[in-house]
Amino acid sequence: MQEVILQVKDLVKWFPVRMGFLQTLFTKKQTFVRAVDKISFDIRKKEIFGLAGESGSGKTTTGRLIIKLTEPTSGSILFQGKEITHLSYAELKPLRRKMQIVFQDPYESLNPRMLVKDILSEPLRVQKVGDEAAMDKKVKQTLEDVELVPPEEFLYRFPHELSGGQRQRVATARAFVLGPEFIVADEPVSMLDVSIRAEILNLMLSLVDKYDASFLYITHDLALARHMCDRIAVMYLGKIMERGETEKLVYEPLHPYTQALIAAVPVPDPREKRSEVVIKGEIPSPINPPSGCRFHTRCPIAEMPLCKEKEPPLVDYGSGHFAACHLIGTSRSQKQVETKG
Amino acid sequence: MALLDVQNLTTHYTTLSGPVQAVDNVTFQVNKGEALGLAGESGCGKTTIALSVLKILPSGGRILGGKILFKEKDLVKIPEDQMRKDVRWKGISIVFQGAMNALNPVYTVRDQIVEAILLHESNVSKKDAEERVGKLLEMVGLEPSRAKNYPHEFSGGMRQRALIAMALACNPELLIADEPGTALDVIVQAQVLKLLRELKDKLNLAMILITHDLSIIAETCEKVAIMYAGKMAEYGDVLAIFQNPLHPYTQGLIGAFPSIRATTKARMISIPGSPPDLLDPPKGCRFNPRCQYAMDICRKQEPLLIRESKSNRYVACHLVNPTK
Repeated sequence: MQEVILQVKDLVKWFPVRMGFLQTLFTKKQTFVRAVDKISFDIRKKEIFGLAGESGSGKTTTGRLIIKLTEPTSGSILFQGKEITHLSYAELKPLRRKMQIVFQDPYESLNPRMLVKDILSEPLRVQKVGDEAAMDKKVKQTLEDVELVPPEEFLYRFPHELSGGQRQRVATARAFVLGPEFIVADEPVSMLDVSIRAEILNLMLSLVDKYDASFLYITHDLALARHMCDRIAVMYLGKIMERGETEKLVYEPLHPYTQALIAAVPVPDPREKRSEVVIKGEIPSPINPPSGCRFHTRCPIAEMPLCKEKEPPLVDYGSGHFAACHLIGTSRSQKQVETKG
Repeated sequence: MALLDVQNLTTHYTTLSGPVQAVDNVTFQVNKGEALGLAGESGCGKTTIALSVLKILPSGGRILGGKILFKEKDLVKIPEDQMRKDVRWKGISIVFQGAMNALNPVYTVRDQIVEAILLHESNVSKKDAEERVGKLLEMVGLEPSRAKNYPHEFSGGMRQRALIAMALACNPELLIADEPGTALDVIVQAQVLKLLRELKDKLNLAMILITHDLSIIAETCEKVAIMYAGKMAEYGDVLAIFQNPLHPYTQGLIGAFPSIRATTKARMISIPGSPPDLLDPPKGCRFNPRCQYAMDICRKQEPLLIRESKSNRYVACHLVNPTK
């Protein structure tokens, strides 16, 4: 068993729904968006961990909670065995050296008024790493790492002078310039063109390898997650539905939601059987999530009233493969698998 | 005879810094009941082709040459009012990109579809049109009673369905769908694509599916056209092209799409560099600066789209069609 770098325990984030003045007069109850609702997982050293799910499933919020950009409602986050859930700004500062994030949209995550050189040296300056000369050297070296060569050509450019792929490289360089041990990447390629996508992902993988970092990869694209990650967790409405080794999860998914998600991914091969849609409808609102199992409203095998009333716990089905479903192993879920195969 | 026969279409946009050569010498056909997938990166001219076919280019856009034969009539030549009366909606209709914003937020879904019907079919009464809306919604898998709702009361997938219903309101023979799956979640996307496939079979529709996602084309279309920088790189039968892509760009593009069913965890192939500026495209083959096989001739002479004799397809590459 490898060393665990990050541990998340019963993490909860509820965002209060803003109400109008009149509304507050008539209702006493504050409503919440239950973005993340009691999730637990851990990420091991040098591991690439994928967080997958539809939009609104809470994957981005989870990423932001872990990197401490959002204050959690409850639960705890342990980084290298140390509790970091309620650290103050000053206490967090040394931690920022160790954990960094790459955001989704490189068109918005880079300050348009800063030169590439300043974007990359700012983290070094904030963390007081060495003198000017040392910083310059480090910035150039990081630019080389992200294959923006020769670095001199890019140092004095503004973000608008770069293409989308180059911008995401700068954003990646900014995350890696401090030599972090843990990186969160929130859909880093969803805004990029297909031909550039693979390049950026391959670059990130090689950097993670080079810096011996751990990597949390947030994505809606299971096909990409399957190619990148060692382990994957599938989220639905703020809950983890299934989590396990990538190969196991993709080839022998236990949860009906994971099965449907995988079946819905289009396959770039015209000879393959067309993907079947087994579930209807769209993800419900996280403001008032369904009772019991949150997936029961769309589940093809749901058994009433069990699934509607009781929330299934995340159960271990051997070798670290967890799933939260009442019906795994019962005849209903068996039938589902047969009709699919 | 093909339903839509586009020959040597060239469309440029006039800008302050000069003409943008968005679509250059593009040729393709779509038969009845057949789906063609137009694939390529953003800015390669996919949407411009669709807008050219319907002649709804934004200001500055102009068709400079070529023919667009729809049922043997050249759309480039026919006057605007005939285009509006006979071709748009009744002959060819389009589902625009971005289901979230393509509907008018201040009209109910029914009123928007009724308007389209009444404007194009003068002999239909309002009552009949409203009845037809109910049937259309049912056909795309929506509850007919939801017609009285406003677009904001619909979810993303339902809006996309409503848009498809609207595009089918006047029984067109050709449906152009511009990125029908993007901005939707995987499961909803699969639902919408399944609907499109079913409608195509049921109504014997011809379809042009514009997308950057090759896997969607693999699942939905019979033919595929791979565009690069306003040019057609490879065009023909889906099976032939996916099994054995000949153009280096097609190879790269297919390599960039990981399959969830693949047995090995292969490293994804990427295409170095980024697409060219169409104000000043590279000389010769437009792909040559990014092509790993580029030869001298690729930098000088533009490759022609030539029929590959063994399989049912056309390729524009000096490597595949050596010039003597």
